[in-house]
Amino acid sequence: MQRNGLITSPIRSLRSRQYHDHAMTILIYSTACLALLPLIAILWSTISHGSTRFDWYFLTHNMKGVVGGLYPYGGVLNAILGTLLITITATLISVPIGLFTAIYMVEYAHGGVISTMISFLVDVMSGIPSIVAGLFAYALFSFFFGPGCINGFVGAVALSILMIPTVIRSCEQMLDIVPRDLREASYALGATKSRTIINIVLRSSLPGIVSGVLLAIARVIGETAPLLIASGSVSFTNLNLFNGRMSSLPVYVYNQYAEGMAVCSASARAAVHPCIPGIRMERAWAAALVLILIVLFLNLIGRFISHRFSVSHL
Amino acid sequence: MNQHHSQHLLRMILSCLIIFFTLSSAGCGQNLGNNIPSISLPKKQKDAVALSGNYSGAGASSQQSAIQTWIVGFNELQPAVNLSYDPSGSGAGVATFLNGANVWAGSDIPLNNEQLRNSETICHGHTAFDLPDYAAPIAITYNLSSYGLNAKHLHLTAQVIAEIFNGTITNWDSPQIKALNPSIASQLPDLSITPVWRSDKSGTTKNFEEYLAAAAPHDWTKTSSENWSYQAGQGAKGTSGVIQTVLQAEGTIGYADAAQVTSGLGIVAVHVGTNYVLPTDIATSNALSQSTILPSTTGRVIVSLPHTTTVANTYPIDLVSYAIACPVYTNNSKAEFVKQWLTYIDSVEGQDAAHMTSGSVPLSHNIRTKVMETIQSIRVVAS
Amino acid sequence: MIHTSSTHSTSTFVSRTLCRYADTIFKYITLIAGLIILFILTAVTVFLLIQAAPAMVGDKNQTVWAIRSLSGGRTIHFWTYVGPLIFGTILTSFLALVCALFIALGVALFITQYAPRPLAFILSHVIDLLAAVPSVIFGLWGGLVLVPSTYPFWKWMNTYFGWIPLFSGQASNPPRTVATVSLVLTIMILPIICSMARDIFQQTPVLLKEAALGLGATQWEMIKLAVLPFGKKGVISAAMLGLGRALGETMAVLMILSPGDLYSWKLLVASQNQTIAANIAAQFPESDSAGVSVLIATGLVLFVITFLVNIAAHHLTGNAIHTKQKNNIRHPLCINKQFIRCSETD
Repeated sequence: MQRNGLITSPIRSLRSRQYHDHAMTILIYSTACLALLPLIAILWSTISHGSTRFDWYFLTHNMKGVVGGLYPYGGVLNAILGTLLITITATLISVPIGLFTAIYMVEYAHGGVISTMISFLVDVMSGIPSIVAGLFAYALFSFFFGPGCINGFVGAVALSILMIPTVIRSCEQMLDIVPRDLREASYALGATKSRTIINIVLRSSLPGIVSGVLLAIARVIGETAPLLIASGSVSFTNLNLFNGRMSSLPVYVYNQYAEGMAVCSASARAAVHPCIPGIRMERAWAAALVLILIVLFLNLIGRFISHRFSVSHL
Repeated sequence: MNQHHSQHLLRMILSCLIIFFTLSSAGCGQNLGNNIPSISLPKKQKDAVALSGNYSGAGASSQQSAIQTWIVGFNELQPAVNLSYDPSGSGAGVATFLNGANVWAGSDIPLNNEQLRNSETICHGHTAFDLPDYAAPIAITYNLSSYGLNAKHLHLTAQVIAEIFNGTITNWDSPQIKALNPSIASQLPDLSITPVWRSDKSGTTKNFEEYLAAAAPHDWTKTSSENWSYQAGQGAKGTSGVIQTVLQAEGTIGYADAAQVTSGLGIVAVHVGTNYVLPTDIATSNALSQSTILPSTTGRVIVSLPHTTTVANTYPIDLVSYAIACPVYTNNSKAEFVKQWLTYIDSVEGQDAAHMTSGSVPLSHNIRTKVMETIQSIRVVAS
Repeated sequence: MIHTSSTHSTSTFVSRTLCRYADTIFKYITLIAGLIILFILTAVTVFLLIQAAPAMVGDKNQTVWAIRSLSGGRTIHFWTYVGPLIFGTILTSFLALVCALFIALGVALFITQYAPRPLAFILSHVIDLLAAVPSVIFGLWGGLVLVPSTYPFWKWMNTYFGWIPLFSGQASNPPRTVATVSLVLTIMILPIICSMARDIFQQTPVLLKEAALGLGATQWEMIKLAVLPFGKKGVISAAMLGLGRALGETMAVLMILSPGDLYSWKLLVASQNQTIAANIAAQFPESDSAGVSVLIATGLVLFVITFLVNIAAHHLTGNAIHTKQKNNIRHPLCINKQFIRCSETD
């Protein structure tokens, strides 16, 4: 409605407006409750199902020599070590690239054309679906080494493609907030630009960078699809990144789920160490529990490092 | 303050890394004390050449359980050999065999002509052979537990099965099903049928479709392939996916490796001759004995199952899976390994061991004889 | 630390020249790192194109055989094969986006406008924990727990809302359908949208909010007048980010959905649709090299789709990403500025 050049909204009674307000408040409160439900449900399922098989034996043995549902029931050690190796390699690849790119964007090309372009490309890279990253790593290595080149390193390359954008963004942010005065003070004392960056800027933003890296690790450690394609899985402990398939936790969970029920004869079921038909589901839930614990642990450590070590005064 | 904090942080990170690496190098976590009954362990032969090294195979996931057992059993004969099998699927397994990455492949279907041609490179001028090493019945399983029908075996003919799975028959109380099951006709519910099939490429699908095409040609008109041909019902990934889907709801019916069907689900008795046959070991064994082996001059042993048999107590819906290897090698130890490995897995002991842990059916005598003939022909040539 | 020059010995001369060039070397190292990003992206496109080329322009016979095998005999043309996959991908993702957007906005508004500080603190961290859960666990939970238990709900929807085309047909049992998958995807992208929206809403100028309240607006009206319009662009970019994640989701779809190859809107019926990513994961293990190149070609199509979504996000939000105000991916701890400083003015 327009009156004398003024735009006014339709006139509603106070009653009706209050009613709307209350209705929306209730709706918004209920969405908050709704959002909590899935997390509680998932954690509850994982903990209750996973605790059956989650014991010290499970954590310290691999799957070599394990047959169906027979004793010994095997464990997840090869998957844990594989995950650690692949993730550490991916970190070693992505952190230098990510950190130096962030340094370039913040210190040398702040606001310039190249910086905007790189920023755009980083955004595009962050949107790569995880399975496409796995396909790329597979395609890259099979181009140079022939088809069927599947090992831990290929998986690490796939994961690093997913990690780099996150690392760049968080490093960029941390470097950005270091006040200009600090840098200028350093220049005034005669330090070169590289010295300033290394000794002043990086050192003061180190906790933020470390926590950003840890959170990026927590993100990729649960990626299944690229590792399914790029790294495969094996039953024994393979610590060689460049030779042969390497198991990893998320792929382990998926494989156990996909293999289904085990066959157990009646006599085997009644034995002292019984044959368990549902053993693979138990292993899948237990491995899922291990994975969730690792991810939560990394998250907490990341936050803790930031909280404990971040400089509160600058 | 700043410096102190950063140094402290760096020290923490370093110590964490060191702990990680020591943990990772500590222990290889091998499982000991397997429960494989000693009766199925292979007899040690006095003149068997001692082997060592790493050998790997890849291929069909249907054989996976059996191969896990065979690896453990083979390690009793040859403790210094490190074996691994990657259940990456028949297609991928054959591909890695053809490019030399694996010593043998497991496949649910025999090699096609193109793969045979390509094998001449890796087999030094000769074509590779396929030997059956795993046979199991394919059970048709359904879930009508709250109607009390899971314990009673539904009687179905090939025609009715074909019509159920291609979506022609849509309800459990349809007249065709009732006519075949007069004793439980009143218990059949007015519930729609949900056929469950394999959404991934599968030898089980191919064998099942081959049976339907042979036994019910009017109702099953599509050519059999590893991908399911119809749309009715739901697709699930892997045998476990099919079983899980059937378990999760009533009114479902699916096909899967009989050994993997969870106890509690219903199993169909298939019409053969004048009676209805369940997928028991004996019935499957009979089917294997009655199967013909396609003639081959290159040592290939390809089994043709008797889908339209009328002999009593024969279960005609089976999966036969093959091991694919070369007949000719330039490396002495490789040839020796392949010979010993194939001899073991197709031996009576090996087949028994697999039977006990994976539910497969031991190969019949006629098939085994042919297989042993081919294995004997493995030889080494100068490169 | 402070560089001093000396003219006395050769060692200091060496260190002086090194120091002079160290700066340039360092600068070029960082430049190279930046160019590596460009290189990686080009490499991704190039290598995918190389592997996909046989499927698109190569040996026709092999490709035709591969496509026929992959599609179960339905088709021999690449685009007829990919069409239903594209449709399925967009359908599941948009459904998830629509549901997640409203819930995420509600939660974000709750945290920033309604909740007391301690509750907001707890709730925002709980939502972040949800973001940390890996997708394979969502698939496991979805397939083993959610699917069997949601059939009564879908049956109810089918009975009372079956006149809407989306809910027509017969509700499948077990409900391994697009409806269940979209539900799980909603839960997965909810925290992403929520954390960004929270960030945006928190930056609403207090003056704007107080002005609205001062004019007599109720709280909801204040939100409508001050918070939402201010945060519109940020919310849109958050939605695009969530959409991108949903488009690429593999494991949850793989472990829950019963796939089909139709252009179907029926959400409650199984075996209607399939997504590109889940199709690749399902078919890749058993494929030969011709099949692999067809699958990589479909992966390329998915990459292009997510790229277009990114461009649309850029366009809709209008400003360059590289601003202090808002980023697509912020340091995760900048939410609520809990543990670290996130801008110079904190």
